[in-house]
Amino acid sequence: MPFSIKVNGNDRTVDVDDDTPLLWVIRDELGLTGTKFGCGVAMCGACTVHIDGQPQRSCSIPVSEVSGEITTIEAVEGVEAKAVQAAWVAHDVPQCGYCQSGQVMSAVALLREKPKPTNEDIDLAMNGNICRCATYVRIRAAIHDAAKTLGAAA
Amino acid sequence: MTAHDLKLSRRAMLQGAGALVIGVMLPIGKAFAQAANPPAPANPNAFIRVAPDNSVTVLIKHVEMGQGPRTGLATVIAEELDADWSQIRAENAPTAPEYINTMVGMQFTGGSTAMAESYTQMRKAGAAARAMLVQAAAQRWKVKPEEITVEKGVIRHAKSRKQGNFGQFAADAAKLPVPADPPLKDPSKFTLIGHDKSVGRPDSPAKVNGTAKFGIDETAPGMLYVVVARPPRFGVKLASFDPAAALKVSGVTAVRQLSSGVAVYARSTWAAMKGRNALVVKWDESGAESRGTDEIIAEYLEKSKKPGLTAKSEGDVDAAIRAAGKDVVEVEYVFPYLAHAPMEPLNGFILWDGKTVDARYGCQTQTPDQAAIAKVLGVKPEQVSLTTTFAGGSFGRRANAYSDFAVELAEAAKAIGPNKPVKLVWTREDDITGGFYRPLIVHRMKGAIKDGKITAWSDSMIGQSFMVGSPFESFVVKNGIDQSMVEGASEIFYDIANFRCDATIVKSPVTTLWWRSVGHTHTGYSTETFIDLLLEKAGKDPVAGRLEMMGKTPSAKRAAAVLKAVAELANWDGPAPAKGRARGVAVVESFGSCVAEIAEVSIGENGEPKVHKMWAAVDCGTAVNPDVIRAQVDGGIGYAMGHILYAEVPLMAGKPTVSNFHDYRSLRIEEMPEVEVTILPLSTPPSGIGEPGVPPCGPAIANALARLGKPRPAHLPMVKPA
Repeated sequence: MPFSIKVNGNDRTVDVDDDTPLLWVIRDELGLTGTKFGCGVAMCGACTVHIDGQPQRSCSIPVSEVSGEITTIEAVEGVEAKAVQAAWVAHDVPQCGYCQSGQVMSAVALLREKPKPTNEDIDLAMNGNICRCATYVRIRAAIHDAAKTLGAAA
Repeated sequence: MTAHDLKLSRRAMLQGAGALVIGVMLPIGKAFAQAANPPAPANPNAFIRVAPDNSVTVLIKHVEMGQGPRTGLATVIAEELDADWSQIRAENAPTAPEYINTMVGMQFTGGSTAMAESYTQMRKAGAAARAMLVQAAAQRWKVKPEEITVEKGVIRHAKSRKQGNFGQFAADAAKLPVPADPPLKDPSKFTLIGHDKSVGRPDSPAKVNGTAKFGIDETAPGMLYVVVARPPRFGVKLASFDPAAALKVSGVTAVRQLSSGVAVYARSTWAAMKGRNALVVKWDESGAESRGTDEIIAEYLEKSKKPGLTAKSEGDVDAAIRAAGKDVVEVEYVFPYLAHAPMEPLNGFILWDGKTVDARYGCQTQTPDQAAIAKVLGVKPEQVSLTTTFAGGSFGRRANAYSDFAVELAEAAKAIGPNKPVKLVWTREDDITGGFYRPLIVHRMKGAIKDGKITAWSDSMIGQSFMVGSPFESFVVKNGIDQSMVEGASEIFYDIANFRCDATIVKSPVTTLWWRSVGHTHTGYSTETFIDLLLEKAGKDPVAGRLEMMGKTPSAKRAAAVLKAVAELANWDGPAPAKGRARGVAVVESFGSCVAEIAEVSIGENGEPKVHKMWAAVDCGTAVNPDVIRAQVDGGIGYAMGHILYAEVPLMAGKPTVSNFHDYRSLRIEEMPEVEVTILPLSTPPSGIGEPGVPPCGPAIANALARLGKPRPAHLPMVKPA
């Protein structure tokens, strides 16, 4: 059945079963492949997108229950996104890189909420994003760095 | 057998992979020389393309799965080419004979060989291209090539005040003969190799904005999505299936039998998954592994009381143990089955038109996979275009002696017929329950101490061998001993007069495979916790005691150097706990490299070990990219820690009882310790770094726990599920 959703600022209509997870709508129907499949049960965070700015696991939200505007890694923007992505590159955070779209989306949401996060804030916000390469040391450093950039710009 | 021999035997084994071997290494630059009429952009040789726009594209023959070959191989070429790093691009090499792993004899990434096998080859490629660019400039400017300098991508003739960039000379250079033996730089002149932060990872930008393409991102018009219904237990065969219910699921277009199970084809991934859920399959479980891991462990522990085949023996262990009387220490170690669980589950794209094949995925073993796909589809290997994408991790899983995934992918294409593009995806459940695990291994360790000295050491191990029965068997299994099982246990750094290491290989339908750091995943732990225990009993300091026992072999000398370096880095002053924290140490040589680690550990509020900090000292020869090396050590520590602390795949009546990250627990950010790494400044040839950070981590943690009053955990993982 057809569903209308707003993704990256565009109204899109997709014809899928109502139980289709948002993740597969984004990837298979809309061709936005930056959002990744890692577990399908909201345990790894690779599929993290923003819905009305909140980080959400798109693998576990049926398209029929989506309400709000969706932003994916392809279109995340703003000072926090710029700061996070720049810090990620400066620290060369990614190894295999497969989880990093989700990591970036979670980190951007964190910094919007808390521009100067403590280590505990980072643990809480990033705990749902698994990195099997274990790039966590650099993720933490890059978030602190991005926070510094934001602080300097403010 | 020394560690050096062992390395050679690993190499020899891979060279012998039957008909898949391409035994002749093509000379550098052959393709370069053949490019008499080069297309634009000029293709100076197999590894370097200099374009008229002055970009330099380096073709990377090792799959980028996080371990950094894109950065490393491009750095080496840029160094000898005297390129400016900003002009360097990195691209995956196609599947072709030019790109074989020179240590292995086929296109293959693994065994932490990427830099070790290609360092000299890449240097020569870069130097040859540089010489040709200089020659082309000399001819155009009508000057002597010796008078030309190259720096940061600028070709300059000072006397005539002429200068130009690579792009301006690319086409002319490509027409020149390839110098047979171009001079290589004196390492003291290096500006990139070994210089910290001299380059950034070329793959970082695409990996933070979602544009990096992995196998799972491949697509084509009309593509069908496939998931496969797989046997519920190991050793199970398909009996029959009824596709009717699956075909009723909207979006499902076909159901076909493959040798690995039953494939459901659909117009979306979700529809394929729903179709698989609806599918009715009957399995023939007569050949199934029906034991649980508890039963397997009990059986192994019993069998390990009798020594197996001797891997190495010196002196008289039995007599020394008898003589020690009650000063004999015995520990039973149990290492569980482990899944690799790369972040990107196995998947791939394939299009077969009846004559040729277009396959694209994060391929780690191009030559054998290409041959496997060709065989299934009845074409020649050269008719299979195999494109390597980024791979979302592997940790060993994407390299498989049987090309299991490549065969399944090709069968999925064949079963649906030509001209239908297909993407086959494993779910996480397929991945965790699907086998090819790090084998379940038991070590029975015995040691004797007399007058404060360790007089006897016996290690009896038992488990499955993933080499026996594989195409690699004859190269790595000698006299019944699988070297990939006993590596790190049959040769240890410590001089002990009476020494024995023996192994028993048992069979099970449960499929097993190499897993990041292979045999060292268990031998590093058993050896380094047991020596620590014996040293504790002998009243010795873990660092000083190890150093006292280290022999004169080259391996032991390297081990001693990293051990001293890590002790210095951590300001080691003994293992005694302070403020609830204690420290433990371990040192392991693997893949030609030596890594020593110190762990600082406390017991957390939840009763679980809490690792606060890890220090590591690394000897991996010439450190091409120090920052990549640090990243691999950080990540190796995290990967090791997550599994040593939390992970296992238990079986109940032959069935895996875990299936996804809710019960196959992975390390998360709050569990990651601070990590400090020192890299020994060395000019020896580069050796492995993707794996060597893994083995010392677990034993260092265990040895710290022992000083907090917790016996070194012997049955892993350390933390059992509640």
